[in-house]
Amino acid sequence: MANMISDETMEYVGILAKLELSQEEREQAKKDMEQMLDYIDMLNTLDTDGVEPMSHVFPIHNVFREDTVENTDEHEKMLANAPSAKDGAFKVPKTVE
Amino acid sequence: MSLMSLTALELGKKIRERETSAVEAAREALDQIKKVDKTLNCFVTVDEEQALHRAEEVQKKIEAGELTGPLAGVPAAVKDNLCTEGLRTTCSSRMLEHFVPSYTAEAVRNLENAGAVVIGKSNMDEFAMGSTTETSYFGPTRNPWNPEHVPGGSSGGSCAAVAAEECSFALGSDTGGSIRQPSAFCGVTGLKPTYGTVSRYGLIAYGSSLDQIGPIGKDAADCAAVLEAIASYDRKDSTSMKRDSYDFLSALDGSAEGLRIGIPRDYFGDGLNGEVKERILEAAKALESKGAVLEEFDLSLVEYAIPAYYVIASAEASSNLARFDGVKYGYRTREYEGLHNMYKKSRSEGFGPEVKRRIMLGSFVLSSGYYDAYYLKALKTKALIKRAFDRAFEKYDMILGPAAPTTAPKLGESLGDPLSMYLGDIYTVSVNLAGLPGITVPCGTDGRGLPIGMQLIGDCFQERKILRAAHAYEQTRAYSRCPMAAKQA
Repeated sequence: MANMISDETMEYVGILAKLELSQEEREQAKKDMEQMLDYIDMLNTLDTDGVEPMSHVFPIHNVFREDTVENTDEHEKMLANAPSAKDGAFKVPKTVE
Repeated sequence: MSLMSLTALELGKKIRERETSAVEAAREALDQIKKVDKTLNCFVTVDEEQALHRAEEVQKKIEAGELTGPLAGVPAAVKDNLCTEGLRTTCSSRMLEHFVPSYTAEAVRNLENAGAVVIGKSNMDEFAMGSTTETSYFGPTRNPWNPEHVPGGSSGGSCAAVAAEECSFALGSDTGGSIRQPSAFCGVTGLKPTYGTVSRYGLIAYGSSLDQIGPIGKDAADCAAVLEAIASYDRKDSTSMKRDSYDFLSALDGSAEGLRIGIPRDYFGDGLNGEVKERILEAAKALESKGAVLEEFDLSLVEYAIPAYYVIASAEASSNLARFDGVKYGYRTREYEGLHNMYKKSRSEGFGPEVKRRIMLGSFVLSSGYYDAYYLKALKTKALIKRAFDRAFEKYDMILGPAAPTTAPKLGESLGDPLSMYLGDIYTVSVNLAGLPGITVPCGTDGRGLPIGMQLIGDCFQERKILRAAHAYEQTRAYSRCPMAAKQA
């Protein structure tokens, strides 16, 4: 019953989550996750055969509108929140060698 | 007598009748913040100048007859996960410490159109993840009834600010109980509306299929009035619902005549504190005296709500919080090697431990090989929980129970053991899974003087019924001010 998460799995989850944990943090995260999964495993005692997964409680549908610009130019306001900007664009580290 | 001791509707009436003004009210709220917020830390940001300027504008409009609504001129606090144009919005996270939104959330805009004066942004658990307001990057909020205790969470700052009379009412958000549980802990009234009733546009998302914005006030009438102001169909939120009516206040007739109330036996078993149980059952009796018909029943599946909730909420959180990458806004680490290292370091330094814990869990349950076993299983469980509620509402107008199994814990008692903190959400999370409305009403205190809240859960779109019952109950018991506020008279 007790869940054991391997170091490889923790490494993989770290890549998916884009998080870099210290050795100590990673040990703690592993312990917490194992404990939570043990608890979540309780769901396995519930018979859900033939039950449709429910993502939303109401029957909601995609909402469409005409593709016309409705907002004003907020370029400056947007860039004001950027950690780094240059020449009216977001600045990021070099991505292509 | 302080204007802040009045309900929002009472204060609004005095402002309309020129007995006082929006500016006077804003000043009193700001004064009270100066007096008590060093101790309580309900606010992350208060912009005094902007609030007073706004109050002056509102007052002019009231005098010109342009603003005539019940909330015109009334000071409000807004949870710091609701975007406010030009006013810093942090989600109580280092990640957004310096974030100034370029637009205002629809619910807040609706509130401003009704003439309310936003005086500040209230503290919360980081990204609304937590049940104590202790995970805030800006330090915990303290409970005004006893500052050694937490106010609950995640809307702890909003609820404590209402109880401590630092504002007349507040907006919170509720993903798994984040309005109802802190309302219970702080002795105020908080309503989580039916999913889709209040636009989520501008609410910084945690669990999108569960998040709802709602009002926190001194009583049911204030909550009804605020809900009327903030609820709207909004095409900017694809899950927004067009409702037949946005009239809630008129449901409050002081009676509970004709209401059938189900009391789930499975909400009153082991794990519920004895004093909490006593107060809730007394409150149920009081509702009976106002004409309600009570009946015990078995709701079933109660124990499955928390595991299902934490799978779904964490999964959605891991997806929603992927946007915080240190590029367009938010925290960026100082030193890094290349793009991916910049992402990872920025996120690892910008998020606190509870947020990282949920992102990790969410990434895990969504990963290939585990998706079916965890995420799909949780969605199927959610469907069964919804069915259990549907069956209950065939027989009852509402369900009555506690909001939380205990009163507010002491600071520092909860975070060391996340799982046991999560178990405290047992009476609230299923309401979010099923998209239902729920309200918490104060119904007394325990032996240590800490507030207890009764929760009323309605069927979808039945806010009028639970507000009516809450209001009928209030006729049997006057609002108790917290000692800190009462002392200042």
